[in-house]
Amino acid sequence: MAFLRAFGSYLPARIVTNAELAERLGCDTSWILNVSGISERRYASESVAEMGVLAAQDCLSRAGASSVGLVIVSSGSSERRFPGPAAEIASKLGLAGVPALDVPMASAGSLFALALGAELAASHGQVLIVATEKMSAAAGIDKNTGILFGDGAGACLVDAKRGIAKLARWTLHSDGANTDALRLEFGEPLHMDGGAVILHASRKVPSAIREVLDHAGYPAAAVGAFLMHQANQNLIVRIARALEVAPEKFFSNIGRYGNTSSASMLIAAAEWNAQSGFKSGEPVMFAAFGAGFHWGALLAIGS
Amino acid sequence: MTTQERVQAVVSKIAQKPLPADPEESLFESGVLDSFALPDMVTELEKEFAMKVPDSDLNPRKFDSLARITHYVESSAA
Repeated sequence: MAFLRAFGSYLPARIVTNAELAERLGCDTSWILNVSGISERRYASESVAEMGVLAAQDCLSRAGASSVGLVIVSSGSSERRFPGPAAEIASKLGLAGVPALDVPMASAGSLFALALGAELAASHGQVLIVATEKMSAAAGIDKNTGILFGDGAGACLVDAKRGIAKLARWTLHSDGANTDALRLEFGEPLHMDGGAVILHASRKVPSAIREVLDHAGYPAAAVGAFLMHQANQNLIVRIARALEVAPEKFFSNIGRYGNTSSASMLIAAAEWNAQSGFKSGEPVMFAAFGAGFHWGALLAIGS
Repeated sequence: MTTQERVQAVVSKIAQKPLPADPEESLFESGVLDSFALPDMVTELEKEFAMKVPDSDLNPRKFDSLARITHYVESSAA
């Protein structure tokens, strides 16, 4: 048994509008909005670890928590091959000596980290999950990828005993058959076969959500909110349609922050929780899909 | 109707645009379809031909042109 205690987030101050990118990438502002649902995104001067620390501090402050038994950090855009940012983030939080684990998975990393935290909370107590991404450095000058990405960090605290929602059930999947379709090599811009990503995500995410709901005994219509990786607004709407759920149930902030890879799901959760939050007994669905491919869904029930 | 004619009907329904005269021409590079129409087209093909496209065949290149789609449908039925 594990519970969500609190969320946190950090968004860099610099706002990059579609007008700025349109000029740089040689495309039209309305085209950017139409193909992505994105109006603006944030670019960071901070490092991946610095953003992660700020999101984690926001989360721990909201939780009123001081003890952490394990730190898990998701980032696919870390500046170094190794070490990843987990140990640095833990140290800067005053958690030197606490085990800190890197999950370098990109977009689905925060979902996998959350499920891992739920599994390990029983043995480690409070588990701090951080997802921090500096995707602006990887976006490149190709208009198809350059328009999508932004920087930011999200965090959540998982507790073995109490919280605002119970982590009830989840499913995680990986399939390396399409490893080349979405990848970030060192020293190169991000490569994305958009058609392959959209084709697989639009089938695999609804399938994972249905798998969790079927096991838990809920229809999709019973879910109070869907908190997804913010990849592309058109993809979010397509997944809502596949599940025959109103798109309004899918919390979306991609218009303001762009695709912040693994950070996006926790940034969205932090904003959603501040605006509306869990209701007792109401199911809320987390879901993500990303490079690998890795994908999955996780059901939380309001306490 | 031939398989290619049935494929053309499915693509027309999704694209809502005139189809290329050359069946080898890319539906995506010609602007007839975009990436977000691809999942809809695959779903419609599954309905039209009473088939299930497995995950291992979810490759945009298999559905890039009328000729490729027709070849895929015919080889899947064989």
